Amino acid sequence: MTVRALMGACALGLIAGGAMAETTITVATVNNGDMIRMQGMMGDFYKLHPDIKVKWVTMEENVLRQKVTTDVATKAGQYDVMTIGTYEVPIWAKQGWLVPLKFPASYDVNDLLPAIRKGLSYKGTLYAAPFYGESSMVMYRTDLMKKAGLTMPEKPTWAFIKKAAKAMTDKKDGIYGICLRGKAGWGENIALITAMSNSFGARWFNEKWQPQFDTKPWKETLDTYLDLMKNYGPPGASSNGFNENLALFQQGKCGMWIDATVAASFVTNPKDSKVAKDVGFAMAPHKQGIDKDANWLWSWALAIPAGTKQAKAAETFVEWATSKQYTELVAKKDGWANVPPGTRTSLYKNPDYAKVPFAAMTLKSIEKADPEHPTVKPVPYVGVQFVAIPEFQGLGTAVGQQFSAALAGRETGAQALKNAQALTTREMSKAGYIK
Amino acid sequence: MARRVTTRRRLIVTAIAWVIAFLIFFPILYTVLTSFKTEGEAVSVPPHFLFFHWTLENYIEVNARSDYFLHFWNSVVISVGSTVIGLAIAIPAAWSMAFVPGKQTKNVLMWMLSTKMLPPVGVLIPIYLLFRDFGLLDTRTGLVIILTLIDLPIIIWMLYTYFKEIPGEILEAARMDGAGLRDEILYVLTPMAVPGIASTLLLNIILAWNEAFWTLNLTAANAAPLTAFIASYSSPEGLFYAKLSAASTMAIAPIVILGWFSQKQLVRGLTFGAVK
Amino acid sequence: MATKHSRAAARLMISPAVILLLGWMIIPLSMTIYFSFLNYNLVIPGPHNFIGFRNYYYFLTDPAFGTALVNTLVLVAGVLLITTIGGTLLALLLDQPIWGQGVVRVLVIAPFFVMPTVSALIWKNMFMNPVNGIFAWIAQSFGLQPFDFLSQAPLFSIILIVAWQWLPFATLILLTALQSLDSEQMEAAEMDGAGPVARFVHITVPHLSRAGTVVILIQTIFLLSVFAEILVTTNGGPGNASTNLTYLVYAQSLLQFDVGGGSAGGLVAVVLANIVAIFLMRMIGKNLDA
Repeated sequence: MTVRALMGACALGLIAGGAMAETTITVATVNNGDMIRMQGMMGDFYKLHPDIKVKWVTMEENVLRQKVTTDVATKAGQYDVMTIGTYEVPIWAKQGWLVPLKFPASYDVNDLLPAIRKGLSYKGTLYAAPFYGESSMVMYRTDLMKKAGLTMPEKPTWAFIKKAAKAMTDKKDGIYGICLRGKAGWGENIALITAMSNSFGARWFNEKWQPQFDTKPWKETLDTYLDLMKNYGPPGASSNGFNENLALFQQGKCGMWIDATVAASFVTNPKDSKVAKDVGFAMAPHKQGIDKDANWLWSWALAIPAGTKQAKAAETFVEWATSKQYTELVAKKDGWANVPPGTRTSLYKNPDYAKVPFAAMTLKSIEKADPEHPTVKPVPYVGVQFVAIPEFQGLGTAVGQQFSAALAGRETGAQALKNAQALTTREMSKAGYIK
Repeated sequence: MARRVTTRRRLIVTAIAWVIAFLIFFPILYTVLTSFKTEGEAVSVPPHFLFFHWTLENYIEVNARSDYFLHFWNSVVISVGSTVIGLAIAIPAAWSMAFVPGKQTKNVLMWMLSTKMLPPVGVLIPIYLLFRDFGLLDTRTGLVIILTLIDLPIIIWMLYTYFKEIPGEILEAARMDGAGLRDEILYVLTPMAVPGIASTLLLNIILAWNEAFWTLNLTAANAAPLTAFIASYSSPEGLFYAKLSAASTMAIAPIVILGWFSQKQLVRGLTFGAVK
Repeated sequence: MATKHSRAAARLMISPAVILLLGWMIIPLSMTIYFSFLNYNLVIPGPHNFIGFRNYYYFLTDPAFGTALVNTLVLVAGVLLITTIGGTLLALLLDQPIWGQGVVRVLVIAPFFVMPTVSALIWKNMFMNPVNGIFAWIAQSFGLQPFDFLSQAPLFSIILIVAWQWLPFATLILLTALQSLDSEQMEAAEMDGAGPVARFVHITVPHLSRAGTVVILIQTIFLLSVFAEILVTTNGGPGNASTNLTYLVYAQSLLQFDVGGGSAGGLVAVVLANIVAIFLMRMIGKNLDA
């Protein structure tokens, strides 16, 4: 009894003391390297803002998404800052679930990369501050390329990728010419294949929201994908996502890997990567004669849910975490290669950062992506490697399952497309898009 | 089991048993070993089993990154709390069903078990809304309530089957001696029921410790137990086998150790009436 | 033996449990039933209109539904088969006099204590991965092509993982039952000239049948809602090859945030689970009353 009374008194004391001195904010975030690094930098934030205390909830991407969406949609208010992506921002902003961000002049909003800023805005207002931004590009092994007697152009075509994949594959030695995502998921294989389909002139929907999987560009996309992966890809590719491919590339098992630009700093880090010295970069491939490249646009960004009671403190934190000063802080502590990439123009103008081998290619790739006009033919949606409608998470994953099954050899590419067309038509009718 | 066994046969059986036991245990052992490797070594082929550069860096990093003891303490409070409350509700219920069975007893019991078949994902949103309205989100109280309700059927059923094995004659004898209901429960039944209660307690602590749906979805920063701790190490960007192994080892170690030390008690009552 | 007095007391004692479980069942269930008739998507605001049975229609006509139903049953049956047979064999083995029995038992029981998420992650990454997993390494050292477990045999792989977790449970219960076997009866049978197989079939198996049904009942309850293992390893794929009902409901509720559809799916799953339950209880009832 006494113990309980004591504990109660303590708790009361804490609450009372806390209320006077500091505000506590809860930040939900994804367990990516850059986010984890920020948690180690908090000393700086506390020095600047001793009155704010930050509590971290770090989660794996799927769990994070599931939890923050439930929280924001039910207005439960458990988090004051949420880490979300370019997919969520336009949808949530439209619902009025996010606090619009208004930063002081010192933040220099105009310094944000235009493509990223557009991706995080809704009707011209910024709703989330980018922590890092990424596009996709080709990462390849310079040594293997040389051995094969080929030179990677800065803007390769799909035909060249196939040729190079063929020349680099050496299955006896455990080297596979190309590694691509095969794991089903709207953020996994669908991100890659959708971006890829843009470069073949395909689109998810026409202007009347009718699915387009029965069109020729889609067939060409999937045929190319399956041809590359089945002949020159690693075994078990249908369960490989970003992580699995990263591990493969770092182990020296992949000749080429088309994936997120942020991976560049992992594969060139000698601590984890066996091939750190032999990595080159090129733009995501395109098809001869088509202007769109197969590169996507993504950003992990910090947003403030409308239900928060600590909006002020939350904004202070978001401002600090996405500021130029934070970038400098990381550069000082961990080196320029480790700063969160892809958010600010000033970073790419910095001569110190220009020395980082992947800096230029990252910027070019990000600038090339246009979420408002992702496809050759017009579409009723925004988003490069996704369709920014609430139904897309489920839809994308279901279509991803079909493509994954085709990759595993459980059905043909034609069947996968036919199933994708049927299930998308069904879901879109159910959701009332197709009248 | 007083059959005579030759040493040779015993040797062979022992060898087989050890090999199988080792194989079953190997994934856990390998996880523990991996937790002491560097990330690069953790994915190397061929794998190294013992001869690698042993390091504690994964443990250091995991501890620097997350508040292990907060999660650990939450796990303890939630699993023990829900089990103890569950037992307090279940013991009288199981007692009455075992010793004063009615026509409906069997059906009531089966109905209770059937409540466990509701798939949690289907009712997450309703529960989430209720929790929000009652201010139970991200509280240990909320999780204790949910886990108590979830495990109650199994607790009642385990206890029921155990109580049923206690011969009724003993109770009658006690009654003849003029023992009241209270004495009957306190002095006659309880001592006999202790092994059953103990193993029920242990089994439910284990089940509650490992429950990963509700504990993950109804918590944020304050009440998150070790299941949430694990969720922050599964599939991040970059190599993660070694750190995941370290986090996994830390998450399962307490319960595995508890299980090992108490396995005699666990087994003794874990019959579910299977043994007559 | 039961007096009126003790009956009243009994009712009083059972009521907290019954009331709590009734509440637990009725409150979320009635909310779920209510939601299942609404056009209610968490991420689409606006009025939640009553749409009759449309959610049920879409759930039941989903091409994935049939596959999921079959997968659910295959998963439950597969794991039960492995754990009961494997558990019996293991229990027989551990019942023999062996050196270091305590340690052996400790090793065998351990997988039961491991969180499902953790065990799925371990198996997927460190064992079944066709490039840097241990199985691939074993295959390669024999000069074989590594088998790609999760894409070539997804459901089987999941069955394997789940069975690994539940094997200790089955073994323990069966072992306890085995240890209570009357050794005199065994010896008598041996005297009568019954061979080991005959003794096993006529004495051991009947003796274990009660324990077996208990193993089956408890496991079925947990296996019907296997979810974490699928989410972590295959995401229900490739295609729908490893999607079970629980996973399908998850896709509705937490990927699409379709509360209406998810509720309808959840209720279908409850109905099906209860059909399995009734079937089981018939079986158990027969076996446990005897």
